[in-house]
Amino acid sequence: METINEFLDLWGADLWTSTIQTFQMVGISLAISILIGLPLGVLLVLTRPGKALGNKYVYNVLNVIINVIRSVPFIILLFFILPFTKFIVGTSIGVKGVIVPLVVYTAPYIARLMESALLEVDRGVIEAYEAMGIKTRHIIWYVLIRESRSSIVLGLTIATIGLIGATAMAGLVGGGGLGDLAYRYGHLRYEVDVMYITVILLIILVQGLQSLGNYLAAKLKKD
Amino acid sequence: MIELTGITKTFTGKQGPIHALKDVSLSVKQGEIYGVIGYSGAGKSTLIRCVNLLEAPDQGSVKVKDVELTALSPRKLREARSNIGMIFQGFNLLKTATVYDNIALPLKLTGLNKTVVKERVEKYLNIVGLNEKKNAYPSELSGGQKQRVAIARALSHEPEVLLSDEATSALDPDTTEAILDLLLKINKELGITILLITHEMNVIQRICDKVAVMENGEVIEEGKTKDIFTSPQHSTTKRFVNSLFSHDIPDEMLTNLNKTGHVATLSFFGESSGEPALALVSKKFDIFPNILSGSITRLKDESFGQLLVHLKGESSEIKNAVQFLKEQDVHVEGVKISGDNQRVS
Ligand SMILES: Nc1ncnc2c1ncn2[C@@H]1O[C@H](COP(=O)(O)OP(=O)(O)O)[C@@H](O)[C@H]1O
Ligand SMILES: [Mg+2]
Repeated sequence: METINEFLDLWGADLWTSTIQTFQMVGISLAISILIGLPLGVLLVLTRPGKALGNKYVYNVLNVIINVIRSVPFIILLFFILPFTKFIVGTSIGVKGVIVPLVVYTAPYIARLMESALLEVDRGVIEAYEAMGIKTRHIIWYVLIRESRSSIVLGLTIATIGLIGATAMAGLVGGGGLGDLAYRYGHLRYEVDVMYITVILLIILVQGLQSLGNYLAAKLKKD
Repeated sequence: MIELTGITKTFTGKQGPIHALKDVSLSVKQGEIYGVIGYSGAGKSTLIRCVNLLEAPDQGSVKVKDVELTALSPRKLREARSNIGMIFQGFNLLKTATVYDNIALPLKLTGLNKTVVKERVEKYLNIVGLNEKKNAYPSELSGGQKQRVAIARALSHEPEVLLSDEATSALDPDTTEAILDLLLKINKELGITILLITHEMNVIQRICDKVAVMENGEVIEEGKTKDIFTSPQHSTTKRFVNSLFSHDIPDEMLTNLNKTGHVATLSFFGESSGEPALALVSKKFDIFPNILSGSITRLKDESFGQLLVHLKGESSEIKNAVQFLKEQDVHVEGVKISGDNQRVS
């Protein structure tokens, strides 16, 4: 008991700040990535050759861009797009500076995950709605996205966990967070206790997220 | 009501072009139940999908209620489509929505207000007899129940035309009967014109006023169901009709029987016109009729029977007897022995 209190007195504030930073980075970049990735995923599905708005060029261009970005490891992307980051948010350091690379990293991933989720939707249902004279944008929302919502939740869970992993490297540009804490104190200063605690916190976070994702997905699935 | 003229549709397949429809014309009158039958790949689905332009024909005109659909703007086409209901072999319901929502959602999306939506859903769920299931999800329903939901969904837009793409093909025989009865009821009580496609002759037999037979992207025969049943012309049509009346008599036996007389199929309408006529034949002429096989089925409005008989006697007497039978409204066709199957032709 003594040691726990001592530990908390010593590290509690740092752990708390780092956790908040991680949540901030993950939350904000996830929200922006969904706003970009979901429409991109829809576009990928719609422009796929042979589909509703089949357009080889749009599809192929999107495809290549997504693949290129997805082949760059996050740590390299982080430095590679520094000028771009500075241009967009005016700074390339701190939580603010790390959001841009996190979004660039995550949005294409989400687009891919959304694409595969949306492709599972039965073509026949979409046709039934076309046959009833329903507008395309309504079909996208009420049929495509609604019917794949369970897969979408699972995809977003995977993306979020990937994002947590990526935030660990955000410390390199001063973004802070749990990963940074573990690295700075655990590795550089050899305070193993702090390292263990942060790792345990990360494990709990990832486990919790995956369970929540699985639970929601199962609940949303009706077949 | 539905007027298809000169419809042509070619797909680009992996092994060159596929001519799914070659200059097909079809005319369905108001209030009719019109069936298109054909084997798999004949082009039936492509044809019915051209009616609401789910498939755009390469050439030809599609008129529904005298409106040329191919000339409409996307917005006008959506309006026109809401007057054309459609049901499918695969039901095509939202898995994530209850029965109620499956019907209510498309209604809401076409801009109807909540009270109207509620009224419509209740009304059409009652018509298809599924009101007690309105909070169930499709995965909790049987195939027949799913199709009832799909029918209610189509009807809830109060269309004048209903298209059915093999709506009973995924169902067992009893459920098929029940769904066909429902389609008949919809046609009679709501006055909805139905165009359906199928590969099963019993669907045509049970509910269709008219039928077109398709093969290789063409309509090869067309007419009133009763005419198609009594005197099918094309060999494919004959195979479809015979799929209901299969008098499987060995070739050898037919050859022998033909030596001592004449084997013929007699087709007749009404429960009892066949056998009494045959009894009269044996009285009036010097002929021994012998029934080899026979069956009676129900067409939409009347019963239809077929007898395979051996008329034993001199050919001149047989000729007179056949003439007499025709006067009694019995349709007589001779039996030839075909090479590839021993069915009555
Ligand atoms: N979208 C498509 N692309 C390529 N070929 C198609 C397409 N739709 C149908 N076909 C071909 O057109 C022919 C007719 O198909 P279909 O109308 O579905 O026949 P049916 O419904 O009578 O079984 C078949 O050879 C089929 O393979
Ligand atoms: Mg078909």
